[in-house]
Amino acid sequence: MASGLTVAVRGLTKRFGDRAVLHGLDLDIAPGEFVALLGRSGSGKSTLLKVLAGLDRDVTGEFTVDGKVSVAFQQPRLLPWRRVWRNVVLGLHPVVGKDVALAALAEVRLADHADAWPRTLSGGEAQRVSLARALVREPGLLLLDEPFGALDALTRIAMHRLVESLWLRHKPAVLLVTHDVDEALLLADRVLVLDEGRIASEYVLGHPRPRELSDHIDVRTQVLADLGVNERATA
Amino acid sequence: MSVSTLGAPARADSAPPSLTVKKSRRKLPDLRRWISPLVIVALWQIACETGLLPPDKLSSPWTVLQSGIELAGTGELGDAFVVSTTRVGIGFGIGALIGIVLGIVAGLSRWGNYLVDPPVQMLRTLPFLGLIPLFILWFGIGEEPKIALVALGVAFPLYLNVHAGIRNVDSHLIEATTALGYTRSERLFHVVLPAALPNTLVGLRQSLGVAWLSLIVGEQVNASSGLGYLINNAREFLRTDVIVVGLVVYAALGLATDAIVRLVERRALRWRAA
Repeated sequence: MASGLTVAVRGLTKRFGDRAVLHGLDLDIAPGEFVALLGRSGSGKSTLLKVLAGLDRDVTGEFTVDGKVSVAFQQPRLLPWRRVWRNVVLGLHPVVGKDVALAALAEVRLADHADAWPRTLSGGEAQRVSLARALVREPGLLLLDEPFGALDALTRIAMHRLVESLWLRHKPAVLLVTHDVDEALLLADRVLVLDEGRIASEYVLGHPRPRELSDHIDVRTQVLADLGVNERATA
Repeated sequence: MSVSTLGAPARADSAPPSLTVKKSRRKLPDLRRWISPLVIVALWQIACETGLLPPDKLSSPWTVLQSGIELAGTGELGDAFVVSTTRVGIGFGIGALIGIVLGIVAGLSRWGNYLVDPPVQMLRTLPFLGLIPLFILWFGIGEEPKIALVALGVAFPLYLNVHAGIRNVDSHLIEATTALGYTRSERLFHVVLPAALPNTLVGLRQSLGVAWLSLIVGEQVNASSGLGYLINNAREFLRTDVIVVGLVVYAALGLATDAIVRLVERRALRWRAA
């Protein structure tokens, strides 16, 4: 398959019984590219992410992923019996020293929580630890499965900035699965809309960063229409 | 948008309490809780001295204390203590091994669950103390039936709790570590067993309680040494003081082993303490 790509998917099909959730899906992601994947619920966004993460192997079609893969899920999924820094080094095989964890935690500004138990963290803090765990692996591909969905609005805004700065520093290819159109337009180089098991439409966003919500108003209307949401003309 | 605080959540951090809470919790025990137990012991003493309680029914606390010191001095109590503790220790070891191994097998593998769980659940419904006559026929009247009884009593609570602990592991955590490239055996070590630990410790406490109970019953039936023998022997001579000494030692042993497990619990489950 074509080299030079971090992700190359050809004709990927995933069936649950008679229903094909993914139906001959093609997808390329270049190294360091930030791709957002939108779709209605049940459109197979999370299924695609699971396949790329190696969590679902019961598929047909071909795909290659170049480099390590990390996932940050909607819930942080920290091991409650491991202190924060030990949760971070879970991302590495074999387990390494605390200094590596501290460096990763410093990047998400949680170095002073290294010895805390996960239960003492707020939702946003736990999600940042989850990001540190994902990034400490230096992944070629970072999969984000609605990682901000469970956070309050203020924390979410801060997380957007954080993810963008971490991405700019580490430059992994990112596939962000979300149902938040604004989030996608704020962060992604390219926005994909998944429908009927395939990539139905694609928008390349050229606006320099950091972006404002108003930067891609035109695209926003189209994407929403793709998702079946028709905004009223009177705004 | 003019957000300058990069990523810092808009709420107070929750780090400091973990230190301060610990200190403020180490208060002195509430002495008010000692009032009624002490009053009961005092009433017991008065009842004995006024002749309301004759010594062949129940000796006074003071007599019990003196007998205890005397029995300890002659070494009788120490010997009985060692014999009984050894019985519980060996029986507990065997029963715990069986319960934990079966619990892990049934918890981890589907076929293990199909094959192991039904017979264990059936046996569990037997009143196991009723097996004493069979055990005597099988093992004679030496140490074996007592140890077997303890082992049997210990195995079930541990099996049930280990099994449940493993079955209830959060599948999201399994998925997260799988995505990080952890193999099945690594997940067992890093996720499944730690997740099953709280339940296992609950099972451990239950099974220790059952262990002492089984021992007491086993030693009542027949014994030529140990605390049960001491008690039965004292009954022959209407020595209620010695009987109470034996009971107090049983109780102290039960409390001591429970305290040990609680200590282990506090150390091992710090991560979820409230």
